[in-house]
Amino acid sequence: MREIHTDQIISALEGLFIDANINLSQFVLDAFNRAIDREESPVSKEVLRELITNAEIASKENIPICQDTGLAVTFLEIGQDVHIVGENLEDAVAEGVRRAYKKGYLRKSCCDPFTRKNTGDNTPPIIHIKIVPGDRIRIVVLPKGGGSENYGEVRMLVPSQGKEGVKSFVLEMVKKGGPNPCPPIIVGVGIGGNFETSALLSKEAIMVPFGERNNDPVMAELEEELLEEINKTGIGPQGYGGTVTALDVHVKSMPCHLASLPVAVNIQCHAHRIKETIL
Amino acid sequence: MEIKIITTPLNEEVIKGLKAEDKVFMSGYIYTARDAAHKRFIDTLERGEELPLDIKGQVIYYCGPSPAPPGKVIGACGPTTSSRMDAYAPKLIALGLKGMIGKGKRSQPVKDAISQYNAVYFGATGGAGALLSKSVKSSEVVAYEDLGPEAVVKLYVDKMPLFVINDIYGNDLYEMGTAQYRR
Repeated sequence: MREIHTDQIISALEGLFIDANINLSQFVLDAFNRAIDREESPVSKEVLRELITNAEIASKENIPICQDTGLAVTFLEIGQDVHIVGENLEDAVAEGVRRAYKKGYLRKSCCDPFTRKNTGDNTPPIIHIKIVPGDRIRIVVLPKGGGSENYGEVRMLVPSQGKEGVKSFVLEMVKKGGPNPCPPIIVGVGIGGNFETSALLSKEAIMVPFGERNNDPVMAELEEELLEEINKTGIGPQGYGGTVTALDVHVKSMPCHLASLPVAVNIQCHAHRIKETIL
Repeated sequence: MEIKIITTPLNEEVIKGLKAEDKVFMSGYIYTARDAAHKRFIDTLERGEELPLDIKGQVIYYCGPSPAPPGKVIGACGPTTSSRMDAYAPKLIALGLKGMIGKGKRSQPVKDAISQYNAVYFGATGGAGALLSKSVKSSEVVAYEDLGPEAVVKLYVDKMPLFVINDIYGNDLYEMGTAQYRR
């Protein structure tokens, strides 16, 4: 058993959430540059140039890319040969988040659902844990803003609706969001499993690297078709009209119940903040 | 896409010259207010009391910035979704508010008020909070300090980059742009 102390987890999370919120990854900047080449609208090309300048300023001035520094979504893949020592794991994750949002001057955006009273330190984080082979811990952080998250939905389709049903649901959600989730967006689609699993699959789908396609040729084709149709909606960057509404679309799927076809759509804004480390 | 340089407060002449799709660089004082501050504005008016600021000719920015790091005027300060303010905006426009800055579509009553009372809705680029912070030269809380990031803050902005979304002629950049590029 390899021992990993929760102090290491706390300090990794503190660093990752600050880094994710301030330094946009190069692969996202590369996608903006490709989008400028593809975009036909002069207004939207200008918006895409603003996004690149914005990322440069954020890094240089050490301030967040976007003021909505999100809820602290954290994925932990824990090797089954790891022994975690120290405090309770979930408390450690919360402590890492607390420190990052204070030290990084990140906005605290977590509140009570009804009273709307702010929890004050951006906790509790959203934690997803998976046990995997090996003796390491992989940590992925995905600070997720409210504007894009508000346009997600889980829908239990009737199996006979099939692929066409999934496509029309995804397009309906993209059109409903229009400019609000800050396009160019990344669309994650979770198909199958059950009610809650489809939602998690859709969140994992937005974390798939740009350009990567599903191993299943049917799902890969669905990704390509959806990307093409979303980019034909005309919504464009910021919704000002254009040919690049989505940077990419990813589908994750698994088998489901005989009677069901669960589908979830999760939308990510262009400020795709994701960072990871391995302990 | 024409480029226009304007200063606040906004007068009728400037407003008449602005068209949906124009890129605008705005300088002067503007006021942040979002959900909770708008609710208080309207409650205040319903009680027959005066607003904490004279909104005639002024511009409201729908924004809840991230905290200012030491030595900086403000943190990241991009726009929030404007539609949450739609219920309140027509009343403020009728009282003389001339400009709103945010992101996302407005309701028909807001667009009608924009045409009727000669106001303008500007879009700031959502998710460009760092870029927009560079335009802010001073920041001072002027009302509702207890609301924290939702307090009303008077900002002095220098060449803040915006686009005109809804003009007084009934044009809407979201509708125009989408219609033009839909395939």
